[in-house]
Amino acid sequence: MSTSPFTFSFDDRAVPAEDGQSVAAALIASGIRSWRVTRVEGRPRGVFCGIGVCFDCLVTINGSPNQRACVIEAHPGDVVRTQEGAGRADLAC
Amino acid sequence: MPISPAEPGPAAVHDIVVLGAGPAGLATAVAAAARGARVALVDAGPRPGGQYWRHRAGDDGAAHHDWDRFRRLRDGLDAHRDLLDHRSGHTVWHVERTGAGFTVHTLHAGRPYEIRGRTVVVATGAYDRQVPFPGWTTPGVFTAGAVQALLKGQGVVAGRRIAVAGTGPFLLPVAAGLAEAGAEVVGVFEAGRPLAFGRHPFTVVRNAAKLAEGAGYLRTLARHRIPYRTRTTVVAAHGTDSVTGVTVARLDAGWRTLPGSARTLDCDTVAVGYGFTPQTELAVQLGCAMERDGDGSLVARVDSRQRSSVDGVYAAGEACGVGGARLSLIEGELAGLHAAWATTGARPDRRRLARLLRRRAAQRSFAAALHRAYPVPGGWRTWLEEDTVVCRCEEVDVAAVRRAVTELGATDPRTVKLCARPGMGLCQGRVCGYATAGLVAEADGREVTADDLRGMAGRPIAQPLPLGVLAAGADGAGNEA
Repeated sequence: MSTSPFTFSFDDRAVPAEDGQSVAAALIASGIRSWRVTRVEGRPRGVFCGIGVCFDCLVTINGSPNQRACVIEAHPGDVVRTQEGAGRADLAC
Repeated sequence: MPISPAEPGPAAVHDIVVLGAGPAGLATAVAAAARGARVALVDAGPRPGGQYWRHRAGDDGAAHHDWDRFRRLRDGLDAHRDLLDHRSGHTVWHVERTGAGFTVHTLHAGRPYEIRGRTVVVATGAYDRQVPFPGWTTPGVFTAGAVQALLKGQGVVAGRRIAVAGTGPFLLPVAAGLAEAGAEVVGVFEAGRPLAFGRHPFTVVRNAAKLAEGAGYLRTLARHRIPYRTRTTVVAAHGTDSVTGVTVARLDAGWRTLPGSARTLDCDTVAVGYGFTPQTELAVQLGCAMERDGDGSLVARVDSRQRSSVDGVYAAGEACGVGGARLSLIEGELAGLHAAWATTGARPDRRRLARLLRRRAAQRSFAAALHRAYPVPGGWRTWLEEDTVVCRCEEVDVAAVRRAVTELGATDPRTVKLCARPGMGLCQGRVCGYATAGLVAEADGREVTADDLRGMAGRPIAQPLPLGVLAAGADGAGNEA
């Protein structure tokens, strides 16, 4: 398995990741469980379905909110931040 | 080279567009291309394989089942590269009939694409079915599929002390995999009491290999001294910012908790799943006749050629009934052979078809036996508190759903969705649709129907997308690449 290690930042902390690993997997491997605060009740959320279905694991990556951490691969130097609420309200569904 | 949708050009139209590159879609695409059909295989993942063969680049497949079969299919994709256009990383948000064929609208790297075909094969797979319980939104509660995807696809163990709960045979490989990877599995809590196999001896004989697999997982659990409890499940998760423990309770046959049976267990992680829900929104969008399968899921009705009720639309795999990878491979090959026959005139081998149909019948009877062995009776509703969240996206609780029926007069899930917003968030009811339908039917004093499920599965736009994409579509930006 290709596993060239690198780091990205999560809320200003360095998180190690392996080549091809999702942002969520790298965060969980570092013991981080939540990276979103819900819109209504301000509750923490992280991965639930893990396969891109539930949209619970939304996070802000390099300034873009509403990214699914479970399907997006981590890249060296990514800046990942906890997402507060909707992040941006321009998604149609 | 981009081609404008206004000038499609004959080269841009495929004979078959296959939606999904899991076992069913891969088998469809390879079988069809081998018969000379021009195929587009459209999938959201970066690599083929779907959830069953989810893997990272360079994965040698050691952790996967039937990896040889996957390798052969992947080799098949390569061998037919001249006819087979594999579009990975394409999220399908809409499919529509255009002229004599179909146009599949996708989003790839933030840009819209249109992929056209004379026929469509819906091979969209399934995801874990969930029922809500108090605390299920606490970080550390994962679907069983998420825990499996993290382990097999990412090489990450989801936690240290893990409770595995729900119903169905899938809990066993998840728990066994976690134990082999070094996690402490505090127990496998199977809400059902799967005894139905003994009553279907022919099914058992014809599927001995699959049962042996299950026995192997049970041996792994025994070796790691992991308790396996039936008629028992996790009825609540505890913790504020992360899971600190669970309440486990014994259940009666209807899944009501037995008084005095609740006990708490320390753990940091829960892996939970109550069977699977097929991804059916594209079949619903296309107008395919749907029905309620033996496991209570909404599925597309298909005939012996995997044809749906809509001319030119086929379905294969979990989208026409949850039955596992082996059945998906058979149905995919059938769909591929027949769609190729219909579009290119390449007549399939009659003996091969007969053999596939025999194997499909055997696998389907096994799936039906599993559905009977692992039902989801309605007693899960008694585990809920009034403030238990049902819709995780919109944070709608049980009380709000029930109020929509008892006070606002709604009698079906779709109306409840409009009144109280369950299913209105980004997942569009994929996660809470089953539970919402159950709660509404209960509050309305009746059983869940296929119409209830269809009301929660109808999604004109199948995936959230930036509004700019819809706006850009009007002037033709982002065409077929």
